[in-house]
Amino acid sequence: MDRLLGRSTLRRHLTLAVLGMLVVVVVLESTGPFRNAQFASMAYYGIAGAGLTILIGLNGQISLGHGAFMAIGAYTAALMLQGGDPLPLPVILLAAALVTLVAGAVVGVAAARLHGPYLAGATLALAVAVPGIPVYFSGTLGGEQGLNVRVPDIPPWFADAVFFVTGQDMSRSRYLGYLGWFCLVVTFVLLANLARGRVGRTWRAVRDNEVAAELAGIDLGRARVLAFVVSATCAGLAGGLLALSARIAAPSGFTLTLSLLLLSAIVLGGLGTLTGALIGAAMLTFVPQLVTGLGQDLGLTDVRAAELAPLTYGLVTMLVVLFAPAGIVGGIRAAAARRRAVKTSGTSKEARKDEAMDEIRGVTGDRHPGGGVRRG
Amino acid sequence: MVACGAGEEREEAPAEGSTVGVTDDSVTIGAHFPLTGVAAPGYSEIPSGHQAYYDFVNANGGVHGRQIEFIVRDDAYNPTNTSQVTNELVLSDEIFAMVAGLGTATHSAVVDFLNGEEVPDLFVSSGSLQWGDAPADRPYTFGWQTDYESEGKIIGQWVAENMPDAKVGLFLQDDDFGRDGEKGARQFIEDQIVEVQRYQSGNTDVAPQIAALQAAGADVILGFNVPSYTALSQLTALRLNYKPTWFYSNVGSDPALVGSLLARFSEGAVTDGSRLLDGVLTTEYIPGVDAPDNPWMKLWQRVWDEHGGEGELTNYRVYGMSQAYTFVQALQAAGQDLTREGIVAAIEEHGGGFEGPALAPFRFSADSHMGISGMQVVRLQGGVGEELTPVLVTDIGDAPIEEDDSAAEDAPPDSGIPDQPAG
Repeated sequence: MDRLLGRSTLRRHLTLAVLGMLVVVVVLESTGPFRNAQFASMAYYGIAGAGLTILIGLNGQISLGHGAFMAIGAYTAALMLQGGDPLPLPVILLAAALVTLVAGAVVGVAAARLHGPYLAGATLALAVAVPGIPVYFSGTLGGEQGLNVRVPDIPPWFADAVFFVTGQDMSRSRYLGYLGWFCLVVTFVLLANLARGRVGRTWRAVRDNEVAAELAGIDLGRARVLAFVVSATCAGLAGGLLALSARIAAPSGFTLTLSLLLLSAIVLGGLGTLTGALIGAAMLTFVPQLVTGLGQDLGLTDVRAAELAPLTYGLVTMLVVLFAPAGIVGGIRAAAARRRAVKTSGTSKEARKDEAMDEIRGVTGDRHPGGGVRRG
Repeated sequence: MVACGAGEEREEAPAEGSTVGVTDDSVTIGAHFPLTGVAAPGYSEIPSGHQAYYDFVNANGGVHGRQIEFIVRDDAYNPTNTSQVTNELVLSDEIFAMVAGLGTATHSAVVDFLNGEEVPDLFVSSGSLQWGDAPADRPYTFGWQTDYESEGKIIGQWVAENMPDAKVGLFLQDDDFGRDGEKGARQFIEDQIVEVQRYQSGNTDVAPQIAALQAAGADVILGFNVPSYTALSQLTALRLNYKPTWFYSNVGSDPALVGSLLARFSEGAVTDGSRLLDGVLTTEYIPGVDAPDNPWMKLWQRVWDEHGGEGELTNYRVYGMSQAYTFVQALQAAGQDLTREGIVAAIEEHGGGFEGPALAPFRFSADSHMGISGMQVVRLQGGVGEELTPVLVTDIGDAPIEEDDSAAEDAPPDSGIPDQPAG
């Protein structure tokens, strides 16, 4: 692996990103418009999940309010797309992320003073309150009905470039798929670098032991606020993409349920890992549709089949929490570690267990516990 | 990169009519409904009405030899989900048309997509004006039920004529529903209105609003609100010992649903909820379960007994069947060679003459895609509506209100299946 990807973290991540983008091109080009649209949804769930998993898994802050940050991003994008001649999409998505960054900083400053259930409560209040804002300012923000979003035309150069490479016409849902996954890959590279570098190590130090971290010279408040801001920015970008995919920004799209779904998705996937966020996003996107389809094939009525989706999702969550408390990614890594440990002859059972535990910690990026933390 | 000109070779869309979702022996249609979540009680029954009526038609040979296949997808009343399930319906299930997708916010998330993909978007289950007032912008979308502005006009005129001295208070949902209704009512009772109060959907405390209406001395209250807020406003007024005359718009007045909500919200203190609505004024545009002897209701009962699923026939199922009846008429009018463009043209050309359960005719034409043009004012007594006016017909804007009982006389054919000649 090392030979293929190189030893430098940046080079390794960039190589993975290029490979990932190639997979995205192949997948998007070989699937139909409906799957393309689903992949676009998966991308925004993935970005929001990645931001949240960094916050919770790496920095130990919990947020029940990320749906609210997605709403801020979505409304920013929707407002900028209202006119007849909107700015280019990258500018709009960047603006959605930046506006949310500011909101995240404001909330983050307050959140840095709070712990555990108090922080959960404060962010919960955010999730409940933010959807009320567009209802109150219904003149500019469209009230209960929300703002309709018209996806700008596909830039001709982009359509031509893709046609040149693949020989296929660019549909709108495929365009959104490309846009979403490009954002996702960029976000993941940035987050992965952040998590592997000094900032990530300070975050983990703050999470694991505040006193030790402070003794090591880390400014706890600053580390927490920074983590919150990064996380909220991801949610804002995801919200902008959501508005484009859903073609609307409306309060009923950003209820508490969205925040809780995001949280459950990253717990399912594996807290603290970007792969886990991706798996969680895939489950959020594909499970309801697959399960409902299955229910209908089994002859259930439409209502019963629709009710099957939340039921299955709940059951899967319970099973994962029971049998793989570190999430799907954590569970797989632990199993792989155990198998390796069994192969290694002469190691005692205790040592094997330790090794497995190390591997689980490694999942959350804890390969060098305590090491590398310098004065922040 | 000189070869970028490859783009010129790209195919153009075929110029002929689209037959997506149509085969020689079937036509596939779909819709989004809230089957789970807060809006599911009541609304989730509408598609079962559709399904029962399509099963009935299919059992009798279908339309032009085609069986109607109806796919329902759950959006939980969340516009993000509506987008996703509509993608699935259009791109994966490849439906011929969307029929009766429900909700104003939810459907507005997909209306431009459907028109962009040129998918007929027929008979939206919402009284918002936007489905029908701009057919040039949304050529594939058609409304169905009486729009809220026309309803506001009919209510306003009735109050102006029958209660000229009343002080009127408005109790409005703070969205298009309340705004359109207010706009219509103000045409007639502008100088009678003493107070306007709005509520935000989701906020269950309406005591400030009701108290403000009471303080302003309103003795007639017009409510453009959903059923749960009918129940909440009734309970709050009881607590404040406030007894004005209530006039709820059609949406908020289903006696069975409001009655059960009253029992639930009052935690058993109100046992006979529908009696609490005695004397309440409201409007009707299709016959409902309170009129079991109506020939349409006899047909719906027969269809439900033969093809219905679990549960009783409710007003929501009647609503679904009534929409399904209109869709079958549209299919018949579109003729043997069914295309998406063809059914739109057929509704524009013949829709104004569709005879069905609606009390007033449709307004469908090339210039308007608005649905049913009127309604009648009724007073609830023991859960049954007593007619106070003939059917009143109007349109949006300053169109006059006229009496027109012609469509109310329509009776269903003996077969129970419309017989609309192909255009």
